[in-house]
Amino acid sequence: MNSLKDKACIVGVGESEFTRGTDKNELQLMLEASSNALHDAGLSPHDIDGIVGPPIGAPAEHFAANLGIEDLRYAVTVHTGGASSVSGLQSAAMAVACGIAETVLVPMGWLGYSAMRVSAAGRREGGGGGGGAGPLGTTISEWYLPYGASVPVQWYAWIATRHMKLYGTPFEAMAAVALASRKHAQLNDKALMRGRRLTLDDYMKARWISYPFRLFDCCLETDAACAVIVTSAERAKDLKHAPVYISGVAEGHPYPADDIPSRPDPFKIGLSFAAPKAFEMAGVKPSDLDFAEIYDCFSYVVLIQMEALGLCGRGEVKDFVKGGRLELGGDFPINTHGGLHSEAHVWGMNHVVEATRQLRRECGARQVKDAEVGLVTGWGDFGDGSLAILRR
Amino acid sequence: MAEASSEYRRPLPRRQGYAREFYEFCRKHELRFQRCADCGTWRHIPRDMCANCGSFRAEWAKSSGRGKVFSWTTVMQPMLPQFADVPYSPVIIELEEGVRMLSFVVNVKPDELAIDMPVEVSFDDVTAEVTLPKFKRVAIGV
Repeated sequence: MNSLKDKACIVGVGESEFTRGTDKNELQLMLEASSNALHDAGLSPHDIDGIVGPPIGAPAEHFAANLGIEDLRYAVTVHTGGASSVSGLQSAAMAVACGIAETVLVPMGWLGYSAMRVSAAGRREGGGGGGGAGPLGTTISEWYLPYGASVPVQWYAWIATRHMKLYGTPFEAMAAVALASRKHAQLNDKALMRGRRLTLDDYMKARWISYPFRLFDCCLETDAACAVIVTSAERAKDLKHAPVYISGVAEGHPYPADDIPSRPDPFKIGLSFAAPKAFEMAGVKPSDLDFAEIYDCFSYVVLIQMEALGLCGRGEVKDFVKGGRLELGGDFPINTHGGLHSEAHVWGMNHVVEATRQLRRECGARQVKDAEVGLVTGWGDFGDGSLAILRR
Repeated sequence: MAEASSEYRRPLPRRQGYAREFYEFCRKHELRFQRCADCGTWRHIPRDMCANCGSFRAEWAKSSGRGKVFSWTTVMQPMLPQFADVPYSPVIIELEEGVRMLSFVVNVKPDELAIDMPVEVSFDDVTAEVTLPKFKRVAIGV
């Protein structure tokens, strides 16, 4: 059985500007990020022969046409919502490992702010919301919308509420995620929450969005894009930066993936299926990790993922996150860039970018000392999951 | 119980495919779910096949309408103009037959909701064409 272990590397990372408000469209932001990633890798667009396109925003064809990729040998789109960034890494690594493509671009980005404003007429300007096409559209329009459940903060809250009530997780555990991210953002020039500190008191006093989520349990709405470039381990050796190896990678889907209420076990998420596979592939234990960039659309989603990763037993995450453990200097620092909570919401591709830079040891004041092995996770749609274990 | 159809502005289910069949039973104030005609496994949301035995044969079996609260959220920041009246709680109900569905518990305030609270179905004819199954809290043992 072939394994993807260490067959492919991340050799370039790039971002667009992160803003709340822009005149640019999704494709423009993602092309900027892609161009920056190519520059970072020391590659030209003609070196790209594969694209794992984003689930929204623009198809691979538009990237190829703009970048001048004449011979696109591999183009695919993964549809796991916010898990698509890390699922995309898996697809790219697969294409590279079996020789379908040599160098794959994985862009991600959206107008998470500008396309989501509610106009004076009370309608969303674009994107977002429920009832659209795709695997979830029917579920939402037939079974959720009549009862006023239209957005992720409400859907994921069903999982969080039950977990909280069964295991007695206090709000302080959710706050530990939000506060760690905000603290780390103070060390990151790109972070939109730099300069805006957050205390436990601020967290507790913030307005409710949808129980059990208050304002600071929620990620930012931003216009932002990131891109990474994946190539073979062999090719990576000759490029500009020390390669970052994809040592273990997997995706998983909760069952059933298209409906939350009917799941036999609501806490068995996509990551529950994926995590053991990726750790086994990499030959790594959770205790070997120097840091983790965990998909943080909402605070409790991070807590649920920590249990699914096997960092602690079910219902035990409230103790796992105590005592500043998630902060830089603690023994399990997460979201060292500020995450979706405090840097920007880039569907988790900013987590991949940060993990890569941590392993290259380029992170300055927020650098995890002697970082050798890091974890990135993705979460999307109704709990699809993905993870990559990266090493230098 | 029914609101005048001209005034009901909230999103209605599209009622396509199996969903149309489900909501047609609701109009008759019957809560029915798919049950495999071969192995007897109940399921919801409705689908073409039985995930337990692979059968394509299913019947719409009548539920007792009794169940309990499985989980919920309480919306306090309106996300839809038609649901601007907050707070309200979309609640997951687990029926006696084992299936779960999203609904409202109409006679309970959001902060009174609790895991395993016993409930029973109560139909709301929201328009002339659409009836939504909702639930009411019942006393334990009734």
